[in-house]
Amino acid sequence: MRFESYDTGDFFDEMFEAGGHPRPGAAVLAKRLAALDEADLARRQEAAERLLLTMGITFNVYGQQAGIERIFPFDLVPRIVEAREWETLEKGLVQRVRALNLFIGDIYGAQKILEAGIVPRELVLSAASYLPQCHGLRPPRDIWCHVVGTDLVRDRDGRFYVLEDNLRCPSGVSYVLENRRIMKRTFPQVFEASHVRAVDEYPGRLLRTLQYLDRRSSERAPTAVLLTPGIYNSAYFEHAFLAQQMGIELVEGRDLVVSGGFVNMRTTRGLQRVDVIYRRIDDTFLDPATFRPDSLLGVRGLMDVVRAGRVALANAPGNGVADDKVIYAYVPAMIRYYLGEDPILPNVETYVCADEKQRAHVLQNLDKLVVKAANESGGYGMIVGPQASKAERDAFGEKIRENPRNYIAQPMLGLSRVPTLCDGQLEGRHVDLRPYVLYGEDVWVLPGGLTRVALRKGSCVVNSSQGGGSKDTWVLRA
Amino acid sequence: MLSRVADAVYWMNRYMERAENVARFVDVSFHLALDLPTLSPSPWGALVAATGDEALFRERHGEPEQRSVLRFLTFDRDYPSSVVCCLAKARENALRSRESVSSEVWQQVNEAYLLVRDAESAFASAPDDATPYELFAAVKKACHAFVGTTYLTMSHDEAWHFGRLGRLVERADKTSRIIDVKSYLIEEGRAQSPGTDEIEWAALLKSASAFEMYRRRHGAIDRHKVLDFLVLDRKFPRSIFYGVRKAERSLHAITGTPLDGRATRAEREIGRLHADLEFAEIPDILRRGLNAWVVDLQTKLNAVGDAISESFFLHDEVAEAPPSREGEA
Repeated sequence: MRFESYDTGDFFDEMFEAGGHPRPGAAVLAKRLAALDEADLARRQEAAERLLLTMGITFNVYGQQAGIERIFPFDLVPRIVEAREWETLEKGLVQRVRALNLFIGDIYGAQKILEAGIVPRELVLSAASYLPQCHGLRPPRDIWCHVVGTDLVRDRDGRFYVLEDNLRCPSGVSYVLENRRIMKRTFPQVFEASHVRAVDEYPGRLLRTLQYLDRRSSERAPTAVLLTPGIYNSAYFEHAFLAQQMGIELVEGRDLVVSGGFVNMRTTRGLQRVDVIYRRIDDTFLDPATFRPDSLLGVRGLMDVVRAGRVALANAPGNGVADDKVIYAYVPAMIRYYLGEDPILPNVETYVCADEKQRAHVLQNLDKLVVKAANESGGYGMIVGPQASKAERDAFGEKIRENPRNYIAQPMLGLSRVPTLCDGQLEGRHVDLRPYVLYGEDVWVLPGGLTRVALRKGSCVVNSSQGGGSKDTWVLRA
Repeated sequence: MLSRVADAVYWMNRYMERAENVARFVDVSFHLALDLPTLSPSPWGALVAATGDEALFRERHGEPEQRSVLRFLTFDRDYPSSVVCCLAKARENALRSRESVSSEVWQQVNEAYLLVRDAESAFASAPDDATPYELFAAVKKACHAFVGTTYLTMSHDEAWHFGRLGRLVERADKTSRIIDVKSYLIEEGRAQSPGTDEIEWAALLKSASAFEMYRRRHGAIDRHKVLDFLVLDRKFPRSIFYGVRKAERSLHAITGTPLDGRATRAEREIGRLHADLEFAEIPDILRRGLNAWVVDLQTKLNAVGDAISESFFLHDEVAEAPPSREGEA
């Protein structure tokens, strides 16, 4: 495999410097890759994909019947993050998650930050993901966001920016672990020479994070379960994988019942009490008695038990208020307000359309900006100005005027790229990075993450539903 | 363990066992058809009769012929007992219980399903006389590997016993259906030449993977001894007696009740069946009529299955559920 013709283009390349030299941490990898011929690489790629299929590492495609399962495409060439760079990311993530956790507690409590005028009250209270039912809730140890998956991107300037905070049910960590396993099996000789930090610790850490939430002084270990919507959910593989790795039961709503003031699961020996629920269903489906009355996925009466402190939920309900795309713009201010520190990780510059002046700027510069709806994800409800037609921009401008609260705008970023195997050749493809953070006894960042890659040439959309794939992410030892 | 998951493990095992039996059964019929080309009725007819779904088959495909029977029993997605449907259901149940079974077990079920799924498209485009016999060998092997993987990679705890229970109940039922094929041939009232008869009895044994072990135990083919081996042998793992007895042990391992006690309806049903078989003798069975005996056995096995489901999988009434207990069996 030859790199002479590899073009880093007008982007930050994660493996090569502009002159075509490998970056220091990528030198071993580049050398090993160069020694493999193309057929060999293609064969390994095929073996990896076959492995994903037989291991059943697949996701269900929404709106289709059972049996329509796809593998999340996996690219063999890893993405490397060097030790010093990671150290900064780690500190920045810990700082950010601490501030966000304080913010959520404040919003459902005293609302001091609103009193102080740091975040506009009407923006918070109008967020679709603000749940008034959570007001006055005090989750165990005041932890709200136990599992966080923060989306980072690197722009042309080589800096990492936070693109999005996922504080509800971030998914994808199973791919981090399984990609690593497949990488070791298909590419052992490259792997061993590169001093990569292990990711296997995650399930054990997650289990401790969950058990930490049970505060009863008791001799028996707390019973934690993972609540899934079921086998047709797109992330079911991950739910089963994590439950299995932690050795806890994977339950559906119908397996749980509130009885005698506690949550119990239906076992072959009758009811058994549950202390902690790692739920992978959305807030509003949790309890038909409190939220959506039509939910069949949740457990009737669950929220009463939560309020009584007799069962802990991870993540806590109501977190969505803090990862709303409009509230995002205020996270740097939160960090200063709650922690008295300067933010270590920068936000992407963001215009809040609810603000009249900023809105005017957005409407005048639609051809240069990316506009996103506040409460959408997966690449939906957005417009990429420079790539849209005038008619599309005009139509989107109208939507912004109709409901300015719902939109934010950001400059178009030039996401960094990683060499990726495309039709037997290595070509640069755009990537993002989602590290995973656990908030338990302390705040811990998994030394690795999900690198999603936009496999289509020129595309920056990395979502699995829209032609995205993933890569192993190598955080190097210091 | 969760009732829903126990249910899934139980059915995953039943469907894997069923898939293997169908594959083996078709395989043996093919060999029989080659040995006895003029056999009447054809082994394909007997095969369809043994499924218990003969009416459905004739309605859709008419007279049983090689290709239509092969397709029906192997690849028909609308026929719930075809190999592909059994494996699809085994896989769905494996998915539902994935956190409780080992990764190796899950992978074994997944690969068995992918094997047949891939063969399905190859068969569709193959010539009319094509026969997927290599596939049957592969399916049998995959199902054996499944049992071995289960044995070696899972703790022999509650989940494992639910799995074994499902497998053995299914196996007892399937061995009884294999015997029923012979009763069908007998009740046709056909005059049998001695040579043909021996080949058919041998085929019957092969349908249950029992031929070699039978030879070691009894030597010459004798219809009383063949029936005795398949129904009452104490050591052969596909005999009905063996299946019922081990299933009963798993049931007691699950409940924790001693073998001479009966705490649930499931234990009572299977205990009764065990006792029946303990004192059964082949001449009596033949006097009553083989077919009538098989029908009666299958009714009792169904009662066992229903009782298992009622005792462990359906906890509708919260108030009536027994208090929770710590620890696993």
